[in-house]
Amino acid sequence: MMKPFRKLFPHPALTILMAGVWMLLQPEFSAGMAVFGLILGIIIPIGTARWWPDRPEHIAVGKMLAYCLLVLWDIVVANVQVAWIVLTKPNDRMRPAWVVVPLDLRTPEAISILAGTITLTPGTVSADLSDNGRSLLVHALDAPDPDAVRDDIKHRYERRLKEIFR
Amino acid sequence: MIEIAAILAIAAFLLIGLLFTLVAAIGLLKLADPMTRLHAPTKAGTLGTGAFLMASMIHSFTFTTGALHEILIMAFLFVTAPVSANFISRVNIHRRTCDTPPPPGDGTTWSTLDVPEEDREYRERVG
Repeated sequence: MMKPFRKLFPHPALTILMAGVWMLLQPEFSAGMAVFGLILGIIIPIGTARWWPDRPEHIAVGKMLAYCLLVLWDIVVANVQVAWIVLTKPNDRMRPAWVVVPLDLRTPEAISILAGTITLTPGTVSADLSDNGRSLLVHALDAPDPDAVRDDIKHRYERRLKEIFR
Repeated sequence: MIEIAAILAIAAFLLIGLLFTLVAAIGLLKLADPMTRLHAPTKAGTLGTGAFLMASMIHSFTFTTGALHEILIMAFLFVTAPVSANFISRVNIHRRTCDTPPPPGDGTTWSTLDVPEEDREYRERVG
């Protein structure tokens, strides 16, 4: 029963997302374009399923939205902080540092979102993943205390992502 | 009345965007090494562009029929910006143009620094 459904929709969320993006791209809404968007949303996930075989089983959508708002807020706040650092702090007093973040997340989707969040929030860039995918390498622009950066990432973002991707 | 408020909001968002883009440009010139320099433009991409798109959206909703294309631009930017930042930092690590990062601590190595078994001898000879 489930088998043909999974074959036709390897990623149901992706199907909806692609149809939605296609409709947003149109200058105005029309039924024909909605159908065409849905067709694209069915064909593209099937065509790319080979490179993305698994999918996350449970995603808490409400918590995901709350997480997005939190990240947007953090981007604004941290942007101001980083602008201040760039403008006022002399280069030789800046303390750039590599921060190693041990990961509790295991699904590739969750790790990608965490890495993206770290890069989008100013002051930190996620640079690399360890061979076994269990630690993330983060570069911090000005971190007198690298351990505080690591704890901040783990408590603020990773804990929430663990609740979203259970 | 609404139009005046909208114009003021547009001007405010344009100024905010301008300010952060300027800071990003200054950061690009001022910061000293490749890894810290990477921080400046990735940040302008988020708040600078975000403020410009916000202004554009307010304009389109007050003076013409609104369009939501700006949200798409924002979404695509948020998805692609971390990927390019990640690639640039990997190039930096790979070419040793920055400090070599500390090992992950669980006996493995960073994927960029990993050398395949058969190339290890060659790598040690060349250095």
